[in-house]
Amino acid sequence: MTTANTNAIERYRNNFLKEVEANVEEGHMVKMCMQCGVCAGSCPLGNAWEHSPQKIFMMIRAGKRDEVLGSDSMFMCTSCYNCMVRCPRQLPITHIMHGLANYAHRLGLAPKGQPTREFATLFWNNAIKKGRVNELKLTLGHYFRGGLVSGIKEAMAMQKIGLGLFLAKRLNPMEIFGGHGVKDLKGFHAIIAKAKEIEDRKKGFSA
Amino acid sequence: MADNKFAAYVCSGCGIGDAMKVPQLEAIAKKEGKMTIVKSHPFLCNAEGVQMIRDDVANEAVTHVCIAACSRRSKTEAFQFDGIAMSRANLREGVLWVVAAGKEHDEVRQEMAADYVRMGCAELKKMTPPAGNAKESSSKRILIVGGGMSGMTAALEVAATGYEVVLIEKTGALGGMAAQLWKRQPFKEPYAAAQETGVAEMVAKITATPLIKVHLNTTIAETSGAPGRFVVRIAQESGSISEEAVGAIVQATGFTTYDMTKLPELGGGQANVVDQAGLEALAMNAKGGAIKRADGKEIKSVVFVQCAGQRDETGTHLSYCSGHCCGTSIKQATYFKDQNPDIDTVIMYQDLRVPGMGEDFYRSAQEKGVIFTKGKASKVAGGDSCAVTFKDLILDEENTIAADLVVLATGQVPNAGVDLEAWNPVVTAAEGGDEAAKAQRVVMHGTSVLKLNYRQGPDVPQFKHGFADSHFICFPYETRRTGIYAAGPVRRPMDILQATDDATGAALKAIQAVENAAVGRAAHPRSGDLSFPKARLEGCTQCKRCTVECPFGAIDEDEKRFPVFNEERCRRCGTCMGACPVRVISFENYSCDTVGSQVKAIEIPEEDEEKPRILVLACENDAYPALDMAGLARMNYSAFVRIIPVRCLGSVNTIWITDAMNSGYDGVMMMGCKKGDDYQCHFVKGSELAHYRMSKIGDTLKQLGLEPERVQTTEVAITDNARVVKLINDYVAELDKLGPSPMKGFG
Repeated sequence: MTTANTNAIERYRNNFLKEVEANVEEGHMVKMCMQCGVCAGSCPLGNAWEHSPQKIFMMIRAGKRDEVLGSDSMFMCTSCYNCMVRCPRQLPITHIMHGLANYAHRLGLAPKGQPTREFATLFWNNAIKKGRVNELKLTLGHYFRGGLVSGIKEAMAMQKIGLGLFLAKRLNPMEIFGGHGVKDLKGFHAIIAKAKEIEDRKKGFSA
Repeated sequence: MADNKFAAYVCSGCGIGDAMKVPQLEAIAKKEGKMTIVKSHPFLCNAEGVQMIRDDVANEAVTHVCIAACSRRSKTEAFQFDGIAMSRANLREGVLWVVAAGKEHDEVRQEMAADYVRMGCAELKKMTPPAGNAKESSSKRILIVGGGMSGMTAALEVAATGYEVVLIEKTGALGGMAAQLWKRQPFKEPYAAAQETGVAEMVAKITATPLIKVHLNTTIAETSGAPGRFVVRIAQESGSISEEAVGAIVQATGFTTYDMTKLPELGGGQANVVDQAGLEALAMNAKGGAIKRADGKEIKSVVFVQCAGQRDETGTHLSYCSGHCCGTSIKQATYFKDQNPDIDTVIMYQDLRVPGMGEDFYRSAQEKGVIFTKGKASKVAGGDSCAVTFKDLILDEENTIAADLVVLATGQVPNAGVDLEAWNPVVTAAEGGDEAAKAQRVVMHGTSVLKLNYRQGPDVPQFKHGFADSHFICFPYETRRTGIYAAGPVRRPMDILQATDDATGAALKAIQAVENAAVGRAAHPRSGDLSFPKARLEGCTQCKRCTVECPFGAIDEDEKRFPVFNEERCRRCGTCMGACPVRVISFENYSCDTVGSQVKAIEIPEEDEEKPRILVLACENDAYPALDMAGLARMNYSAFVRIIPVRCLGSVNTIWITDAMNSGYDGVMMMGCKKGDDYQCHFVKGSELAHYRMSKIGDTLKQLGLEPERVQTTEVAITDNARVVKLINDYVAELDKLGPSPMKGFG
C-alpha cells in the first residue's frame, strides 16, 4: 500500500464520497447522480464493463473504496461522451471516469496488467521524453510488452503495414536512435515537472 | 296548453339546403309536427336568423321553438332564448356530414332529415320550459370542516370573495398537521430549502377576518338539508349543541399517519425508530439546534426508509403512494445537514417521487450531501444503534447500515368517516331487527365526520382506498354529494402546496354551489340546468329504486317510504327517471314522454323496403359529442340510425326500448360512458345501472319474440369518434344478418 493510499484512508475513514469529492476531477458531481441509468444504457461498451458509471457512483456513495478503485471499468471508457451528453443531471461522467482512473493509478490500486492503463503509461513515458511521440518506439514498445517471442510474432504480423508506411515516408527507421524532439527540450521538461508538481499539490500527493 | 305556441325553423345553411329538400322538411314540421309557424332561413344562426326567431317570440307569442339546423351542441350562444322551450333537430352533424355524399344517397338522407324534424317536433310538444326553483331564504354561508392547512386556506379564500364562513375544528387550535411541522417543503422559488409553515400567520389572519366564525373543540352532531339550506348541528366539547345554517360544505378533514406499529419488521414501535411526524416532533424540540433522540443522545447518523407500509403489493398495508413522503424525507434530511453537514443522512428509496418543483429541492439536498440509496429495506432493528438491512437495487446485493435514528416514511390515511359500502349492509341488518347490527350502526355512526341524515348514509361515498373523491380527472373536489366538496389529503394523498391549491378550488366550487342553489340551478356537470325531477306520488309504488339508485343521495324517504326529492342535491342526470318502473318521475324538459314521443315519431319503412331502423340512445356527455365529432371529421355511418341524446344512460327507461321494439325498430343501441372502477360516467353510476338494467331486458324481448341481440349496450369515450362509426356500422351489419324485426307493421 502506498503512503498516499494510507493517508487517504486515514483522513476519510469510511466516507469514500468525500475522498472522491476532494481528490477526483469533477468528483463533487458524483453526489448529484440520481441513479436513472441512462449512462449505463448509453455506453457503447457497456457490456464490456464490470461496473457501469451508474454502479460506480452508487458504490462510491456506499463507501466501497476497494471495489471502486480496483475496478477496471474506468479504464474501459473510450471517451465517446455519449453518457455525458445524455445525463439528465448533466454530470461530466466521462471526466469523472478519467478522474477516478487517474486517482486509482496514482494510489497504485488500479488493476495490474490492464491493457488500456499500460498503453497509456507507455504513451505518456514516450511522449514526455522528447516532447513528441516517437511512433516507432511506441509501437515496438507495445509489441514487445509481453516479451521477446510474442513481440517478434506481433511485429512480423504487422510488417506489411510497416513497409507500406516506410514507402509512403510515414515511418523513419532512423527514429530508433533517439529520434527527434521539440526545440527547447530542457524547457519542455521543466514545464512537465512544474505541471506535475502543481497537480500533486492539488490532489494531496506532494507529501 | 292553450297558451302554448309552437314554431319550427329549418336552416338551409352549411350546405343543408343543397343536400336536402328544405321545403319538404318544412311541410313535415307543419303537417306531421303540427307546428303553428314554420320558417326556413339560409343562415339561421346569424343575427338576422336569430332575430327572426326573437321577433316571433315577441310578436307571435311563440313559447316553443324547434330548431332544425346543427347539433344541439353547436351555436348554443346564438340559440338561447330565456323561458322558451327548445328542441334541436340535428341536420348538420347528424345527417349532412355523416351520410355519404352523392345522388344515390339522396333518398336515405332526406328520410333521415325528415325523421329528425319529426322527432324534434314531437319532443317539443312534450316539453315545458323549466321554471327553476329559486329560494329567497337560501343560505350563502359556507361551512368548512377541519381547521388544518386545507381548511384554513379554504376559509380565507371564501372570505376573500365576501362570503361568510363557519369553520369547525375538532381540536383546541387551528393548524392541523401543518402546525406539527418544524418547517414545510419549499413552495416558492428557488425551491432549495425548507420554509416556514406560515401557520401562525394564517391563524392570525383568520382571527382578524370578521367573515370567518371559528368553532374550536367541536364536531358535527348532525347535518341535514341540501345545498342552500343545510342545517348543521355543532356539538361543543361540553356537549352543548348549536345550530348553523349554511349553503355548502367543504370537507377538509385531512389525514392520519399510517400506524407504524403495524410495521414491526421495519422497527415500528421500537426505540429510536420514528415516523415522519415523530421526527418533526424531535425537530420542534431542537428548535433549529442539534436534533436529539428521545433518550437525549445527539443524532449523528439517520436513515430514512421510504414507502414504509406504502405501495404494498401484498394487500397488508397501504397499496398507494402518498406523494408527499419523498419530499418530506428530503426536507427532514436537510434539517440535519443544515445544522451540521457532517451528520450522515441516507434516504433509502425505491422510486424517488418529488412532484411539482420537488426536483429542485431534491437537487439542493444532494448538493448538501444527503445520500440517496436506491434500496428496499427488509428489516429495521431499533435500539441504541439501529440497523437497517436492505437490498441495494442498483448493486443487487444485501447490505446493512447502522444509524442513530431510523425514520419511517409511512403514508396518509384519509379521515373520510364512514365507508358507505360497509355501512349499508349494517343498516339493512339493523332494520331487519339484528341487535348486533344495531349496536354496530351506533358505533359506525360515531366515527362519521359529517353525520348526514341522508337516506344513503352519513358521509360522502368513498372512492379508491377510502378517499372522499369522486372523479380525479373530471370533477376534482366534487364528492358524490352535491354541495359538499372535499379538499386536501381527505380527497387524495398530497402535500401542503397541493392541499392549498385544492382548498382554493373547493372553496370556489362551494361558492358556485350556493349561488346555483339560490336560483335553483344545477351544479356541474349540467351547470345552469333549471329543470329538476318531479314525481306524481299518487302513482308511486314505494319500490325505493330511485332512493337507492340516485348516485348523489338526493332522494330521501318519508315515513311512508315515499321518495322525498331534494332538488338542490340533484344533478339532473335522470337516473331516478330511468329507474322508476311506473314512470312517475319526470323533468319539465326531459321525461319518458319527451324521449318516448321521439321514438314513436319516426316513420318506419315497410319490411320489403329493406331499410332497417335502429334507435341509438347516446349519452350527451361523451357518446353524443363523439358522434358529432365523427360528423365534423366527415366520417360516414349508416343512414338507418336515429340518434336521441339522453342525459345519462342511467336515465334510460326500459319503456323506451319496449316502445321502440313495438314500433318496429330493428334494433336499439345504447352508448354510454365507461363503467366500473375506472368509470368515466359523469353521473358516476348511470352507465353501470343501464348495463345492469339492460342485462335484465332479455325476458321482455323474448316475450315479444325478439332476439336479445336487438338491444346492445356499449361503452364509448369522448375521443372515440372513429370507434362510434365502426360500432354503428358493425351493428347495422349484424342486424342485417338477423333480418328485419318481426314486429314491423304492428306498430
